[in-house]
Amino acid sequence: MGRAEEDVNRRMLRARDAMDRAYAEPLDVPTLARIAHVSEAHFNRTFRATFGETPHRYLQRRRVERAMFLLRGTGKSVTDICFEVGFGSLGTFSRTFSAIVGRSPRLYRNEVKPTAYVPTCYTKAWTRPNA
Amino acid sequence: MSMFNTITHSQIFVLDQDEALDFYVGKLGLEVTADVDMGFMRWLTVGIPGDEGRQILLEKPGPPRMSEETAEQVRALITKGAMGGSLIFTTDDCRKTYETLKEKGVEFVDEPTEQPYGIDCGLRDPFGNSIRFTQLKG
Repeated sequence: MGRAEEDVNRRMLRARDAMDRAYAEPLDVPTLARIAHVSEAHFNRTFRATFGETPHRYLQRRRVERAMFLLRGTGKSVTDICFEVGFGSLGTFSRTFSAIVGRSPRLYRNEVKPTAYVPTCYTKAWTRPNA
Repeated sequence: MSMFNTITHSQIFVLDQDEALDFYVGKLGLEVTADVDMGFMRWLTVGIPGDEGRQILLEKPGPPRMSEETAEQVRALITKGAMGGSLIFTTDDCRKTYETLKEKGVEFVDEPTEQPYGIDCGLRDPFGNSIRFTQLKG
């Protein structure tokens, strides 16, 4: 492990930051690989080696986390939230959400949650659903 | 009634102290409050001009404080964005500061966004540390 691997970490982090920022847009491997300055062929494997999950999975969990945030904090419809966070179809969204969170978007919304003041960067990082 | 008066120092790990100066002083506009060759380490602190009572130690991980193996782990964590080293500043004008820093090539992860408490945005230093600045409401 040395400077070269630290550079790779840093570039993977850059791609991950791009997903945290642009999750609502259609992000593909070529775009992310370009941000990270690595070849497409290596991007998925390298990202997974660095962060412990594939970029696709990371992006899914980011989108679900944002959906959970909107379900808790707004009155927007499940359908609107689905598209707002970047899913292409309500079916995929509901299925993915339920598989990750353990209950449907509607049921999740109905749960009562205590709130405290926490900077949103922390909420964003710490309420990400488990892999 | 507290036993302590104030926080004078916090610390973040950086990979290279000269590169850290180029960023924290050269781009963010902090100033050096101490730069001392102690022999066993370079004691390098920066602070906000006019707020000298609060300093940030820019520390490079390595022996003898920790083994080279541990230092490698620390450097890996920094570059993955997993080290604690977060700094949060306040600013009078978030959008203006954002534009100024963007022009200097600073890497932003979060554009100025309305929050319940004000407007804030997020960036990273060259190494992976997370920095935010907030324009508070009122």
